[in-house]
Amino acid sequence: MTYFPEEVVEHIFSFLPSHSDRNTVSLVCKVWYEIERLSRRSVFVGNCYAVRPEQVVRRFPNVRALTVKGKPHFADFNLVPPDWGGYAGPWIEAAARSCVGLEELRMKRMVVSDESLELLARSFPRFKALVLISCEGFSTEGLADIASHCNVNLNLNCFGACLVDSRTLPQLRHLRELDLQENDVEDRGPRWLSSFPDSCTSLVSLNFACIKGEVDSASLERLVAKSPNLRSLRLNRAVSVDTLSKILLRTPNLEDLGTGNLTEEFQTESYLRLTNALEKCKMLRSLSGFWDASPACVPFIYPLCHQLTGLNLSYTPTLEYSDLTKMISRCVKLQRLWVLDCISDKGLQVVASSCKDLQELRVFPSDFYVAGYSAVTEEGLVAISSGCRKLTSLLYFCHQMTNEALLTIAKNCPNFIRFRLCILEPRKPDATTNQPLDEGFGAIVRECKGLRRLSISGLLTDKVFMYIGKYAKQLEMLSIAFAGDSDEGMMHIMNGCKNLRKLEIRDSPFGDGALLGNVAKYETMRSLWMSSCNVTLKGCEILASKMPMLNVEIMNELDGSCEMEENSVDPSRVEKLYVYRTTAGARDDAPNFVKIL
Amino acid sequence: MEATVDYMKAAEADNLLATELRLGLPGTSNDDHKATPPCTPRGKKRTAFDAAEDAAVEEVTNKHDDVEAAPPVAKAQVVGWPPVRSYRKSCFQQQQAKQISKPTSNNKEEAAAAPAPASNAATPSFVKVSMDGAPYLRKVDLRMYKGYRELREALEAMFVSSNNGGAANLSEFAVTYEDKDGDLMLVGDVPFEMFAGTCKKLRIMKRSEATGLGSPRQI
Repeated sequence: MTYFPEEVVEHIFSFLPSHSDRNTVSLVCKVWYEIERLSRRSVFVGNCYAVRPEQVVRRFPNVRALTVKGKPHFADFNLVPPDWGGYAGPWIEAAARSCVGLEELRMKRMVVSDESLELLARSFPRFKALVLISCEGFSTEGLADIASHCNVNLNLNCFGACLVDSRTLPQLRHLRELDLQENDVEDRGPRWLSSFPDSCTSLVSLNFACIKGEVDSASLERLVAKSPNLRSLRLNRAVSVDTLSKILLRTPNLEDLGTGNLTEEFQTESYLRLTNALEKCKMLRSLSGFWDASPACVPFIYPLCHQLTGLNLSYTPTLEYSDLTKMISRCVKLQRLWVLDCISDKGLQVVASSCKDLQELRVFPSDFYVAGYSAVTEEGLVAISSGCRKLTSLLYFCHQMTNEALLTIAKNCPNFIRFRLCILEPRKPDATTNQPLDEGFGAIVRECKGLRRLSISGLLTDKVFMYIGKYAKQLEMLSIAFAGDSDEGMMHIMNGCKNLRKLEIRDSPFGDGALLGNVAKYETMRSLWMSSCNVTLKGCEILASKMPMLNVEIMNELDGSCEMEENSVDPSRVEKLYVYRTTAGARDDAPNFVKIL
Repeated sequence: MEATVDYMKAAEADNLLATELRLGLPGTSNDDHKATPPCTPRGKKRTAFDAAEDAAVEEVTNKHDDVEAAPPVAKAQVVGWPPVRSYRKSCFQQQQAKQISKPTSNNKEEAAAAPAPASNAATPSFVKVSMDGAPYLRKVDLRMYKGYRELREALEAMFVSSNNGGAANLSEFAVTYEDKDGDLMLVGDVPFEMFAGTCKKLRIMKRSEATGLGSPRQI
């Protein structure tokens, strides 16, 4: 291959789809390394602290699309203290200096400041897409800068908790996509919609479902009217049925719709208009929203159901079992369904008999109280598994489970790639036998040979970890809570799961023995999170000294003293531990409650 | 933050104090009744986050206490559990505050048919609540509250927690209402039940505008 001109080698490399493949070829020889790095267009950094931004941009100066992830996953559940880190600034600054061809930036769980957004807006003349998922730290001012400077097509997706002021969102001139999902938006009035300039006709996707305030209907209608390419539209609670109907008449190509509110106070004529408008959207495949939906309004959606492949009813506690099932039983092509547990086991049976193409199911709790009531049990899931054989992805909150059910589920659906089961009460045993759920989860990992992500719950001993270590060879991410008896449990995982990348553990009795039992493993993983376990300061210190290529971060409580006890004799338990491999050394932006050993 | 599993005893379940919604910071008296379990013996240190999150959890608890027939045997609060994103929780808080009257957990096991009303059989009494400076109004169901204090806490949760950068609580505001004669009255003068029966509309106004309403016996 070295006799081929570089352009040919580069062309051959362009057929390598995955990052890991490209990483591999770059190791073959110096020539290939050079060719590969200069032709790399897309870089994925799974942990922003694993490598210095300067190193990345120096190696890949021609990158077009950069993805960076920050905080650990458990930050979603408030387990990572605020101000922990994950700052986007250094990445944007480094890219601004060295990669002016950057077109797309995707960030997840990072802190993005207004100054960074302003820099971003100024630095990349071809910038097209900004995707912020579960980010925070910026406001309208920053977005306004993006808007005013980015003249080209811009995708702006904001998911998760980021402070976004609705007022300045759009002055986004050639905006293609503005997608704000699950944000905590500080609402400063309804004028933002009318700020879309008249020249903005390129809108493909608009999602402002999380904006809490009123929205100016006339502006919304105008905006939609001049956006012929609109494919995805997700409205917020403030948008009325009438406005929705008017909008839908203008969006014949709409594929994905998030409704406004569908409340009780309606006039039948409004809903008839809605049905008419919906029937015109022949391309509509995915439906969400249903804010404050009243059961009486649901039948007006029925004409649409037969063509839906995606349905998200998980923000609608006002719909009960019967309303849900009447809708879902008509959705025969459904592939993705998100619901609340009010659907109950009986409702899930209806899903099982109606939605034979179902691939992804998420059942969320409507009661967040730990030992609260939930209408779904193992029976619902068993029914689903026997009716929906194509199921590959599951997130299921319930209040009880049995081994027998899990065995049946495993046999029925061996194609699971993601299996996340959350029994609401920690350490709850098999509901009929009172035994641990080891055998049930064992069956899951044994039968589902392609399993890549697993979350376990309920009463579990070290045995379940033995099964996981033995059978879950493709497993990449494992989430453990309130499980196990001893270090042996964690050791099974560390020794057995060859492809493990992320391990996150909370409230489980694993200590220094497990932490230190296979230290070389950490080099092959992205990260380890342990909170409320039995690891001690001494153990962490030993790990840090044995493995200099890891950052071993320890987090203290925020109130009380900021400094860790420096007494090395005191085996004080470490409350939160985050370990990750890195080439960047200890980070210099850690707050004082984080100690890096 | 630490994961603290707190079990309220059955006796305390009857004690509404234990399930009361509070927005206080750690170190307030509300923390005293919570016990720490053996598995995390390091004592209980709570951050404002915990207090806010547990407050959210307690609010849901509070509502369910009203509708469940039997007192809950053991209730647990664990930080970050169940693993549900804050956005989802905050959406539900909003919906709870909007007082959808049908309970989502109670009547599921019963026959499919039409949704049944709340078991406590109170007909909801929704009134609009406006606040000076807030862009949109809310609605509350006065039947859901046992007294002025609960009402005030709910109003604080709705209007002052995250939206309004200025106020931290309602002390800068006067809560007034329009009664069935159309008069603007200060909330708090009459027994709560009487107030709930005559209140048509609530208005939270800046104290500076509330002159002339006499010395307020604040709620």
